[in-house]
Amino acid sequence: MESWRLNKKLFASVAALPISWLLFFFIVPLGIVWLYSFGRNAGLTEVEFSGTFANYLRAVEPLYLEIFGKSVVVAALTTVLCLVIGFPVALAIVFAPEKWRPYLLLLVMLPFWTNLLIRTYALIAVLRTEGYANTVMSWGWAGASGLKTLVGLEPLPAWEPLELLYNNFAVVVGLVYVHLPFMVLPLYAALDKMDKSLIEASLDLGASHWRTINRVVVPLASAGIWSGIVITFIPALGAYLTPDLLGGTDSQMIANVIERQFKRANDWPFGAALSFILMYATFILVAIQSMRSKEGSAR
Amino acid sequence: MARRAIAPLEYTRRLWMRLWVAAVLAFLYIPLIALIIFSFNDSKRNIEWKGFTLKYYEKAFENSSLMEALFNSLTIAFFATVLSVILGALTAILLWRFRFTGKAGLEGTMTMPIVVPEICMGVAMLIFFNGIGWPQNLPWPFSLSQIIIAHSTFCFPFVAMVVRARLASFNRQQEEAAKDLGATEIQAFRDVLLPHIKPGLIAGALLAFTLSLDDFVITFFTSGPETVTFPIKVYAMVRFSVTPEVNAVSTLLIILTIILTAIAMKLQNAAALGASPK
Amino acid sequence: MNQPERQPIIQIQNVTKRFGPLTAVDKVSLDILSGEFFVLLGPSGCGKTTLLRMLAGFELPDEGRILIDGVDMAKVPPNKRPVNMVFQSYAIFPHMTVADNVAYGLTLQKVNKGEIADRVNEALNLVSLGGLDGRMPDQLSGGQRQRVALARSLVMRPKVLLLDEPLSALDAKLRLQMQMELSDLQDEVGITFVTVTHDQDEALSMACRIGVMNKGEVAQLATPSDLYEFPASRFVADFIGTVNLFEGQLIVDEPDRAVANCPELGRIYINHGVTGPHDALIWVAIRPEKVGMAKPGTYRGRPDVPEGHNISEGRIKSMSYLGDITLYAVILDNGRMMHVSRPNISRTDQEDFTWDDRVTLHWHGSSPVVLLA
Repeated sequence: MESWRLNKKLFASVAALPISWLLFFFIVPLGIVWLYSFGRNAGLTEVEFSGTFANYLRAVEPLYLEIFGKSVVVAALTTVLCLVIGFPVALAIVFAPEKWRPYLLLLVMLPFWTNLLIRTYALIAVLRTEGYANTVMSWGWAGASGLKTLVGLEPLPAWEPLELLYNNFAVVVGLVYVHLPFMVLPLYAALDKMDKSLIEASLDLGASHWRTINRVVVPLASAGIWSGIVITFIPALGAYLTPDLLGGTDSQMIANVIERQFKRANDWPFGAALSFILMYATFILVAIQSMRSKEGSAR
Repeated sequence: MARRAIAPLEYTRRLWMRLWVAAVLAFLYIPLIALIIFSFNDSKRNIEWKGFTLKYYEKAFENSSLMEALFNSLTIAFFATVLSVILGALTAILLWRFRFTGKAGLEGTMTMPIVVPEICMGVAMLIFFNGIGWPQNLPWPFSLSQIIIAHSTFCFPFVAMVVRARLASFNRQQEEAAKDLGATEIQAFRDVLLPHIKPGLIAGALLAFTLSLDDFVITFFTSGPETVTFPIKVYAMVRFSVTPEVNAVSTLLIILTIILTAIAMKLQNAAALGASPK
Repeated sequence: MNQPERQPIIQIQNVTKRFGPLTAVDKVSLDILSGEFFVLLGPSGCGKTTLLRMLAGFELPDEGRILIDGVDMAKVPPNKRPVNMVFQSYAIFPHMTVADNVAYGLTLQKVNKGEIADRVNEALNLVSLGGLDGRMPDQLSGGQRQRVALARSLVMRPKVLLLDEPLSALDAKLRLQMQMELSDLQDEVGITFVTVTHDQDEALSMACRIGVMNKGEVAQLATPSDLYEFPASRFVADFIGTVNLFEGQLIVDEPDRAVANCPELGRIYINHGVTGPHDALIWVAIRPEKVGMAKPGTYRGRPDVPEGHNISEGRIKSMSYLGDITLYAVILDNGRMMHVSRPNISRTDQEDFTWDDRVTLHWHGSSPVVLLA
């Protein structure tokens, strides 16, 4: 690496385009949103920058606080489920035979590359009242019913399809479905880096597998676990499409409320304030995470 | 012959582990596979198998607004990819090669488009293009310019990450060797550095292309009422109902994704093999 | 060897290079003569690689001048300098064939195609790589890669060829072979070679002259044998080969003899004069192979100890048999350790002495070197 002063012309020609792009098309737009969040609707399309905190005050009204709280709970639940489901998968990939490993990774990655909307749509087809899940269950039900009549018992009552879609259950299932690869990849990376002889040492010293995983594997993979948690939690917290398409009327998350301010309620300053609250939450999480990882590498 | 005993660390050979992985993969794949299978099902209600048909593919291809949306999406993805690769490569080289004040700040800012929730990006783009009065009603393809700019902004940091990872394995002595043999700065870049980062550029391009094609939220906020992209069109159709036609188009897109991913993987492997030993 | 002219091709004048608070090269001045095989030798971090990179133009000196063939290089970028470099990692371009690698520099000079082909062939034959021109670098062994790197530089017909640790990536056998080949090659092409290494064997076997560097300064500039037999300082004596060092005072200093008083060894007689200040603090250096070992006996009159030798007594603490020689660590009666090496001339020589044997050590008056620094 060299100081930029050694070759100013080269530095300028490399730096100019990306820096100005980032400035004009990222920093400035975010800055405008930030200004809007202190503004006030004046007329239908006009926004007056009055420096008011009214939008932020409104955001902490119980109605919105509840939605914030709910979004956090849903995102947290999603993250925990992803961690619990994903950890054994990551472990299995790490300890899989060499030739399987890329294919297993690819299998986990492929849905991640597939269009989010298509994946959500595929889930709708599974979960809806006439969907595959209900159909398969109704076959099972009919089978059980038939079995009962066969041995001379009363048949089961008629199959009532379960309401699997348009509720909070569907939102959590959808978010787990979408975000699982986000969790598996950092877990895999962390476990893969780990010195396998540490596990052998633990087993050699008399620990059980379960204890070894708890006392050796998890602590050593903690950096990967935390980065997995953060990169799953942040997009889950800001999810729009999944609650929109899979959720019911009471499954709205913060992103849906933000969208409504812009597309329907036409209250841009309030929407800007809400979206900045979401951004602050993101920044705090990223800051905590980067501090954790710095501490980790300093040790 | 008896099965070989399971060694302590062969976790993957344990039954519960295999069942777990199989269940997770089933969870990930059954919806997609069902979607693909039922795109060939000769039934409107698409739950019972009524026989093989391609008519929903024909229907999808005849649906001009759907095709227009797909074409728009591919156009946007193409331009956004080109811009992202240029911006991403420059950023990667900048951060790799130079020491300068504000470098940590730039690195932080660069990762922001990756971590900022899509909805916030979408909102920012909406307000920005409205605020500066970006011209509306431009002729195609300039009517897509806002979306292309928005997509490039969130795609190029991904390209930069991929290229930077590739640069980390570059042996700078090769660049010095080129200069030692008489190459100028630009000749050394063209003859040595560029061939080295090429797999990274291609992988980054594929990533950017997929991300752009995938994006719904940011496009949803950035596009004017006149511009319809593929995800937006599918969104409208899905809200309306589940139809085999959507299955058909989705299947095509899944296949495109698989092909792109396969290319990316192949290049990644080739790059890993071709990396010069230090 | 016939060297028609012995003029400096490289003049390094008072060159200093700092990296932040660290002074990598400190006021170094030295001339490298046309046609010689010059080796910069030193431990890692001594500034030798920095000095080499300044010759190539990858680092610029903070102070001082570098002249190559009489031209000041201060404003000449690496791609315009009449020198070429063989990199430690070889830096073979992995995406080009062997021939394209070697041709690269000539292509940039816009030399015509036919001439390029001829010169590439000639260079590849020179390094015994004829016929491998179509191979890709990843199909080559480590030794072959290094030959490609050599050919790629030599084809440019540089005034000076710079080699940065050229043999460090090779295994021991191959390294030995390449040392000889490099010397022969240098003889054949007659180009000045400047090599950087931390390996003393490599330096001693290849060099016409060696510049030993330590902490950014040139500690000694001499031929290989002078460096070994007449080291200028404790650092050089210790860095090159093994040495027993004893602190002492010069008590007699005459033109044909000197006497040093070393508290750890007693009086040491030296059969040549030392130009050092009387009573000054000095060090006496004795190489292990120059110390003889004999069965103990009376101080005088033992037939095993030749006349005119210095004598000391001790006990063998440890020995290691290395095949051609055996190394002994002998504890002298005053507690000081002395290293002795003994050639195994007959098959049973290693059985003459064993652990805990009392021995008499002796060395000739010409063997010790008196060091003033």
